[in-house]
Amino acid sequence: MIRVLISLTWLLASVSVAASQDVQSILQTHAEEVAKPSRKSVSVVLDDLVASGLPQAPEFLEQWAERNVWRNNATGLFVIVTEEGDDLTFRDIDSGETGTASEDGFTQLRPNGGVRRVIGTALVQFQLSDPDPARRQSALDSIARRGEASQLEPLVASLAGEDDPALRARKEQLITFLTARFGEDTDARVAAIESLSADTSVEARAVLSQILSANAGVATDTPEGNIARILDPMEDPTASYGQLVDAGLAPPIVPVGAVRSALEANIVDGRVGGVPLAQLGDQDMRNMAYGALAADGTVPPLVTQDDITVALENAVFFERYSEEDTTVTDAARATLDAIETRVGLEQTFDLALDGLSLASIYFLAAIGLAITFGQMGVINMAHGEFIMMGAYTGYVVQLFVPDYTVSLLVALPLAFAVTFGAGVAMERLVIRHLYHRPLETLLATFGISIALQQIAKNIFGTQARPLTSPDWLGGALVISDNIQISYIRIAIFVFALLFLCLLLFILNRTRLGLEVRAVNQNPGMAASMGINPDRINMMTFGLGSGIAGVAGVGIGLYAQVTSEMGANYIVQSFMTVVVGGVGSVFGTLAGAGLIGFLQKGIEWLNPSNTLAAQTYMILFIILFIQFRPKGIVAPKGRAAAD
Amino acid sequence: MTKEHTPRTSFVARNPSVLYLLMALGLFTAVVAVLSEATGVGLISTSFVKTLGKTLCLCLIAIAMDVVWGYCGILSLGHFAFFGIGGYAIGMWLMYARTEIIVAESLAGQVIPPTPQEISDAIGNQIFGVVGSSEFPLIWAFADSLFIQLAFVVLVPGLLALIFGWLAFRSRVTGVYLSILTQAMTLALSLYLFQNDSGLRGNNGLSGLQNVPGLADSGQDVVSLAFFLASALALALGYLLFAWITDSKLGNIIQAIRDDESRVRFLGYHVESYKLFVFTITAIVAGIAGALYYPQAGIINPAEIAPIASIYLAVWVAIGGRGRLYGAVIGAALVSLLSSWFTGGGAPSINLGFYTIQWVDWWLVLLGGTFVLVTLFAPKGIGGLFDKLVRKS
Repeated sequence: MIRVLISLTWLLASVSVAASQDVQSILQTHAEEVAKPSRKSVSVVLDDLVASGLPQAPEFLEQWAERNVWRNNATGLFVIVTEEGDDLTFRDIDSGETGTASEDGFTQLRPNGGVRRVIGTALVQFQLSDPDPARRQSALDSIARRGEASQLEPLVASLAGEDDPALRARKEQLITFLTARFGEDTDARVAAIESLSADTSVEARAVLSQILSANAGVATDTPEGNIARILDPMEDPTASYGQLVDAGLAPPIVPVGAVRSALEANIVDGRVGGVPLAQLGDQDMRNMAYGALAADGTVPPLVTQDDITVALENAVFFERYSEEDTTVTDAARATLDAIETRVGLEQTFDLALDGLSLASIYFLAAIGLAITFGQMGVINMAHGEFIMMGAYTGYVVQLFVPDYTVSLLVALPLAFAVTFGAGVAMERLVIRHLYHRPLETLLATFGISIALQQIAKNIFGTQARPLTSPDWLGGALVISDNIQISYIRIAIFVFALLFLCLLLFILNRTRLGLEVRAVNQNPGMAASMGINPDRINMMTFGLGSGIAGVAGVGIGLYAQVTSEMGANYIVQSFMTVVVGGVGSVFGTLAGAGLIGFLQKGIEWLNPSNTLAAQTYMILFIILFIQFRPKGIVAPKGRAAAD
Repeated sequence: MTKEHTPRTSFVARNPSVLYLLMALGLFTAVVAVLSEATGVGLISTSFVKTLGKTLCLCLIAIAMDVVWGYCGILSLGHFAFFGIGGYAIGMWLMYARTEIIVAESLAGQVIPPTPQEISDAIGNQIFGVVGSSEFPLIWAFADSLFIQLAFVVLVPGLLALIFGWLAFRSRVTGVYLSILTQAMTLALSLYLFQNDSGLRGNNGLSGLQNVPGLADSGQDVVSLAFFLASALALALGYLLFAWITDSKLGNIIQAIRDDESRVRFLGYHVESYKLFVFTITAIVAGIAGALYYPQAGIINPAEIAPIASIYLAVWVAIGGRGRLYGAVIGAALVSLLSSWFTGGGAPSINLGFYTIQWVDWWLVLLGGTFVLVTLFAPKGIGGLFDKLVRKS
């Protein structure tokens, strides 16, 4: 790609510029330095080339570094070879005219690694002032990837001519980074380092940690140089002793296996070092035998625990900065600490966002239960299967409607309809006979749950089915390097919020909601006021189930759709409702919030282990219920006397 | 109230089911023992003896569940966790002792006898290699002692139930809340055991438990028969114990708590203590049942403890009939044997013309459906049918 760009610019330039001077003539004035370049001599050539400002110069430099420049032995002219072989295909450096000739008359220029690096630096300088912004960008990218001291000067030089504001800002940033790392003057470096204190990007932190890079070392006396810290060898005695051994300051530990093979190799008349073989099963006897061998000098002596302790105590373990200037390292340390604090804050915020989205998912999964369990007191173990049914409805709709946005809009009401129907059927057929036997509702609905799960498995198979989200939900909202949240999670949060409002509206502002609350509080009285409790129970249960179905579509977008997905949420959902306080929508919200944030918090403390996070969270909930048996938002008055 | 007492008849006369059940169990055990491969008859294969032995263990935990739920009204969804803990406790010894023998054999060939440290390292490597470790975790400290591990079979479930029950009953968590709480406890335990650093080999669980150290010379036929007999004995003793408890004055109070907890409390009984007693003793029996079950199953892993297992336990008891000890035995035996018959491919497929019902796929649907029907139309389960027959005659 770069090659194409280079030749394009070169072609354009060669047409427009009527060169008074050309690259070839510059090269000819330094012919010897070009043909046999060394790191010192090459700079003369480079200086002249750079000063000429010729558009062909970068092309030549690149080819030179790539070892594609050959010299005609007869004329002494340099050419760029495009195809090697017995016959060379070459082109003229300035005019670009191509030709072929036998390889015999040419010599390849082979600049060594050092020279090529110098050429590369000169090249970056050209690229930094290249008229094409894309090339300038790629030059900056290469500096950002691999900063070197030599890039600083050309970078500063190119800043004046930069007219693109974005690139200009980037250049200034890179100048700061490079100054901080490689600046000549300590004050300038410290100033550059301190100016980074507001920058929480990964790049800035990488620059500072590179300045602060330190090597572990060990010595017998307090060492020279810019010492980062003195280490306590007792924190990890094995590793520290290994360091001592590597430094040649202590004999290596003889491994157990080596002791055994040494003993086996030195058996004399059924004895080793005077100890009979049969007694070698005892550690002390074995040590004695090995000690005898070591005393003869046949094997290296055993290093005992005491030896290790003494050796560790007599050595100084330290970390030494590669940077020698203490002023710089101190400034970098202070700046990095300040940045880490800010990064910590940002990460906390990010964690809170994670917790919020997890809470939204728990809320979605539990909100249907808040109605069936909370309002009606029905333990519906099949609630998770309603979530699953909703998700599978979304999957099936996607099979028929290829446009993901449309299919999502179709799936949401359809999922509600399907699970509403299933909920009403279940209420009519099973649950209404069991209102006075809550524990048995639990068991009957469990029966329905395993049957539904198995039916789903028989229909859709055991592998996970995708529920693909529309493209506009892909990607993530990036606020900074440390704060980002995927759009799908934002969508689920908004979704949960909508549900909350909808549910509050239905329960508090509609006729149905009024009747639901009335039947919940006193079915007999509600019935005498003309409300049909049977119908209301049916509607309430249908509503709770339907909401589970819609939640299923939302959860399916985020997690995978399997026949067991409901079972994964059921225990958490019940805990959400119980922790929050039964019978209250806000309670469920509080419960979901508590559980979501708590789980993320525990995961943050122990990031490697989400299983442990769940375990501790459940333990916490068990303890929490000890102190608030009725949940966060406890029902008051007679409603509490259940 | 008249002062006339009902005449104190004997324990057996008041509980005829004890006699019938023990007789049936004795007969069944004798027949299986005679027909097993160990005696040379071989009409019942060793693997089926194991299945029957495991079923007896499940019957034992089912009667424990029946006492805690059917008699005391606490729907615990955590008793299978205690069952699993019992299995883990005995499994640790079985695995340690057997690995020790294997390691000793493999090290015996060497010229220099191994040191205790080398043996211990080799055992640790064998057992914990699968989870990338070779160190013995703290909980394995007593794994070399059969006696201590046997004590753990009783102590660990007992203590866990005691602490959990004390916390839960103290704050008056009752009804469905308690069910959810016990389920949460079970979930926490199984999630904990799924971790590789739990010290119990993560999701690999403990395996090779069917090989009992010291009995290596006698084949699996004898070992499985021994475990079968032990399970039968444990079931008989457990049945006697629970029949005696439920028959006593204590049993009356327990049943009264089930029927109206507040009233019993107002009568001056310390309800929490009774519930705690029932919860703990049934947890201990569940642990013992687990310790007998898993050596016959050969492997235990955290999936066994998952909350669904405890719900199945409740299902067995409900189908068998709550509040009747023999009902729990019937329910557990029937459902678990039927389950292995259906899922093992024993049941013939039904061809409907347009679709063939494979029972491996549809058994759970049938079970779930049956369960709904039993709950709706036969709340007293199969045991309830027995009662009707007895009353008619």
